[in-house]
This record gives sequence, structure tokens and C-alpha cells, in this order.
Amino acid sequence: MLAISKASLRSMLRSPSAVIFTLLFPLIFILVFGFIRGGGVQLDVGLDLRSDTQNRLFDVLSAQPGINLIPESDAEVQLEQLRKGNIDGIVRLIKSDSGDSSAYRLELTTAVTGGEGAVILRSMLEHLVDKASLDAMQPQQRLASISQKVIQSREYRTIDFILPGQLGFSLLSSGVFGTAFVFFNLRQTLVVKRFFATPIRRPYIVMGEALSRLVFSLSGACFLIAVGHFAFGFTLVNGLSTFLAMLGLSALGLIVFMGFGFLVSGLAKSESTIPPLANLITLPQFLLSGTFFGIENFPEWLQPICKILPLTYLNNALRLVAYDGAGPDQLWLPVLIVAAWGLLVYALAVRFFRWE
Amino acid sequence: MEPVIRVNGLVKRYGSFEAVKGISFEVYKQEIFGLLGPNGAGKTTTLEIIETLREKSAGSVHVAGHDIDRDADSIKRIIGVQLQAAGYYPSLTLTELIGLFAGLYNMQVDAEALLKSVGLEEKRKSRFKELSGGQKQRFSIATTLIHKPSIIFLDEPTTGLDPQARRNLWDLIRKVRDEGTTVVITTHYMDEAEQLCDRVAIMDSGKIISIDSPEKLIDKLVASGFERPREVRKASLEDVFLNLTGHAWTEE
Repeated sequence: MLAISKASLRSMLRSPSAVIFTLLFPLIFILVFGFIRGGGVQLDVGLDLRSDTQNRLFDVLSAQPGINLIPESDAEVQLEQLRKGNIDGIVRLIKSDSGDSSAYRLELTTAVTGGEGAVILRSMLEHLVDKASLDAMQPQQRLASISQKVIQSREYRTIDFILPGQLGFSLLSSGVFGTAFVFFNLRQTLVVKRFFATPIRRPYIVMGEALSRLVFSLSGACFLIAVGHFAFGFTLVNGLSTFLAMLGLSALGLIVFMGFGFLVSGLAKSESTIPPLANLITLPQFLLSGTFFGIENFPEWLQPICKILPLTYLNNALRLVAYDGAGPDQLWLPVLIVAAWGLLVYALAVRFFRWE
Repeated sequence: MEPVIRVNGLVKRYGSFEAVKGISFEVYKQEIFGLLGPNGAGKTTTLEIIETLREKSAGSVHVAGHDIDRDADSIKRIIGVQLQAAGYYPSLTLTELIGLFAGLYNMQVDAEALLKSVGLEEKRKSRFKELSGGQKQRFSIATTLIHKPSIIFLDEPTTGLDPQARRNLWDLIRKVRDEGTTVVITTHYMDEAEQLCDRVAIMDSGKIISIDSPEKLIDKLVASGFERPREVRKASLEDVFLNLTGHAWTEE
């Protein structure tokens, strides 16, 4: 069996497309997203719902281009969003106590790691209050006083979101495309048949192939995580143990995705039907599983679909482990769902599997 | 003469089509046994059943005393199989492929010596897909010899080769036989069977219609009063070609 793994691994390393799909594509995406990092002057600002919204200042604020107000009733959730960098700040606009010189008080909360977003937001608010005061013909008396509170946070960069998604996608495409093509070709070139004429047992042929792909893809995963971590500051919250947990999740994901690959290679009648079948499996997951943007950005009706795809759960689990240092108590659900997919897919794959 | 393969009433059906219609024959130790016949006569099917690659529909097959129904694994261990088409990872080098097959039989093999025995020692770092047709077939035979089998099966090993490559493949096959291995070969070239085989079985439409040594088959035909319509020439065009281009192993 190990002899098959070794041969298969060599064969893989000599196939340019396998290397490109496993490493290059995800790497390019990581580079692109690593570099653009947020960007733009669009500021997402959480609006504290206890705010007084029946006044001029609020109208000016909500009409200001570049500021996107996001109402949120749960203050805790809002703070969490701020800490993760999903929003640039939280504003609360209230009527002042009688003793104040201004009519309103504008309370701004930003995060330590908010960077330029927080700075720009502060200066924009100053400017807005000045402008509103001028418009109200009360230049000597400001309409509102601004106070700023800065909360502690760890930096949650774009890379912290993008890398697990890309890693998941790399595993998916390697598992599905790689396995489907390799197994189909082995059948086509009679390599499998030639193996049958030797004393090797059938399950070992499949296991040998699977093992080589596991080694190949997990090496790819190590490489992606290393590049992300050292070049773009990807967060590995507990260092090495986080890294190992990510590899463990990757292995689980890959095994499940290889099941899709076996299924495709069993269903495909010819080499040209493999890409459409494999794309049918990978593309929806590529787009809908939170690879590039969180699934909460999708319309309501799409959400249930997003929430059944295995890659969604693999990506979430990877992110939870990498950034939040999640333990088994938080991971059992996603892991269970991915494993359930594995059972389903392998049951189907066994049904359609063909040796010749 | 001691039979190493005994086939009795072998039948293979694909749906309602009978590809092999109850054939019986024996192969003796250390001979080159040829299964002859046109394409579609059932040669490959018969071979693949004996090689344990295909299920039979009826009849019995014994290889070196092992019953194919009960002891396929023991048979796999003592036979070497060459398929009609490739059967190797195309992008691996010859040395790596031999390492792979040695692993499948769980043994250590001197790849260099093995490649040398089939005249491919200079190609050991080439990838399988870079070999010429004749080299592929020689390599293919080398892989069947890895575990020192007592019987090897060659399915149309010379199809598509040029005359030189065919001849040196014949030399290789004779050498393998002389070292004590039984060889079962299929072909649809009669000159090949005549030159190479100790005994042949002629198949047509799933049946064996004649079985004997090539000389005896020819004698029988002549005794029946057969005469070639044209006088036999002293040399053929193939002789001319070989004479002009030389017998040397061609390294395409």
C-alpha cells in the first residue's frame, strides 16, 4: 500500500495542474486579499439603538456618503463586531444633560486595532458636527459634544477570514478534482487492472491513493498557513497547537471531499464529463460557503443552502480554531456535520464505484 | 510433460453472447504456449480469466495446482501479467515503477539488473511515457518478472512493433523460457507463432479448433494434400528489410 502511495505522490508532483490547484490558486487569492486589506472610504458604523434619532444631526449623519449606519439592538453583538473589525466604530447620539453647553452628546466607540478607519471616522464626525452647527446658524455653540471611547481588541484582519476559506477551497478542489481525475486515469491507463494481477488487495489500492493525496494536500495546507502567518500575520491564536488543530480539520475535510471525487470518477462516463460534474460540486461551495465573504451577506433565501454545504462548516471550524482558539465544545457541531456529509458521500461513492 | 495450467470446459458469457464456448487445454512447464486467432476470437478473455482478472461463467481452471475459484491469491503470487495496453503511471521513471511493483509483491528488487536483463539499463531514468513501443513492451515484460514468477502471460506483445523490435522481443521471450519460466502468449501473427511457440492453440469464435506444435500442424496440413498456390521464394520482403537495416536493437 505504501508503495502505491509513494508512486502516486510522485506522479502527482509531476502533474503541473495538481500543484497549481492546490497551491497557486489559493495563494494568489490570499495575496490579493492580503494586499487590498479593507481599503476604500466606506466606513461601517454600528448605530446604538438607544440613540435619539429625531434630530438634525442624525439626519446629517445618516445622509453622509461614506458612512454606512448599521442598527443593532444587541449591544454585546455590536461590541463583538467592533472587536473583530467587521465595523469601524459604534455611535450613540443622545440628548445632553441640562448642564452641558451643547444640545446633544455624540458618543463614539472604536477599537484599539481599528487603525485608520477609527481615525477617519473620528475626524468625519467632528466635521459633520461642525457642518450641522453652521447650518443651524449657531457657529459659536456646537450642536453636539463628541466623546470617544476606545475598547481593547485583537486585530482581525482580512487574512484571518480569507485564509481559512482558501484553505478549505484548496482541500475541496484537490479532493474532488484530483481524486476524480487520478482515479479515472488510473482506470483508463489500466494501472488499476495491472495492480489486480498482483497480490495487493483492492481496498489497499484506494487507501494507498488516498494516503498520497492526504500527504500532498496537507503539505499544501502547511505551506498556505505558513505563508499566511509569516507574510500576512494570519492569526494562530495558540501557536503550534492551533496549527495542528487546523491540519486535523483539513484532513477530515479532505477525506470527505475525496469521497465526492470517488463519486465523480464512478459516475463519469468519459474524461470530458469529469469537469462539469466536479464543478457542479465545487463551484456552489466555492461561492456559497463563505470562502470570500461571510454567508450572512447572502439574501435570506440563499442562507439555508449555504447552511447545508460541508465547506461552510469546515471554513467556520477553521476560523473558530485559528482566531478564537475554539475547543471541542464549539467544534463538535461543525465536525459532526462534515462527518455526516462524509458518510452520505461515501455511501453513494461505494454504490457507484467502478474498478474497470 | 507436466501441465502447469489446466483449463476445462471454460465458458464466458456476456449477457446472451458467448465469448468463450467451453474450451479445454493444458499448458506444459517451461514451454512457450501460443493462443492464436483473429481479433475477437476470445484470446484475451481466456487469458484474463486465467490471470484472475475476470470472472468465468463456467468450467474449471487450475494454475500450478491452485483452483482459480478458491485460491486466486496464490495464483496471483506465482504469475506475471502483461496487459495489451500500458498499465503504468505514465510520469514515473522505470526505476520508480519497478520499486512500486516490488512493493506490491513485498520484496526487494535490483532494478538495475532487471532493466539490464531486458536491455533498458540506459533508460532507467526515463519516464514510461517517453519510451518507444518496443521499449514499453520490454519494460512491461521486465515488470512481470519482478517476483520471479513461474508463469508469465503476454497479451499481443509484438502488436505494432517494427520487425527489429519484434525480433529482439522474441529473443527476450526465449531467454525467459530458457531460464525456466512458462510463457503463455497471444498473437494474431502466424509467423511469430511459428518461430516462437513450442505449441499453439488456434481459436476462432470462442472455440479451440486445433492444438499442437506448429511443425505438426503444418505437417498435417501438407499431408492432407495442401499446396501453396505460388512457389515459395527464397527470401521475403521482411528479410530484405532486415538485411538492409540490420538486426541491431533499434533505439528509437
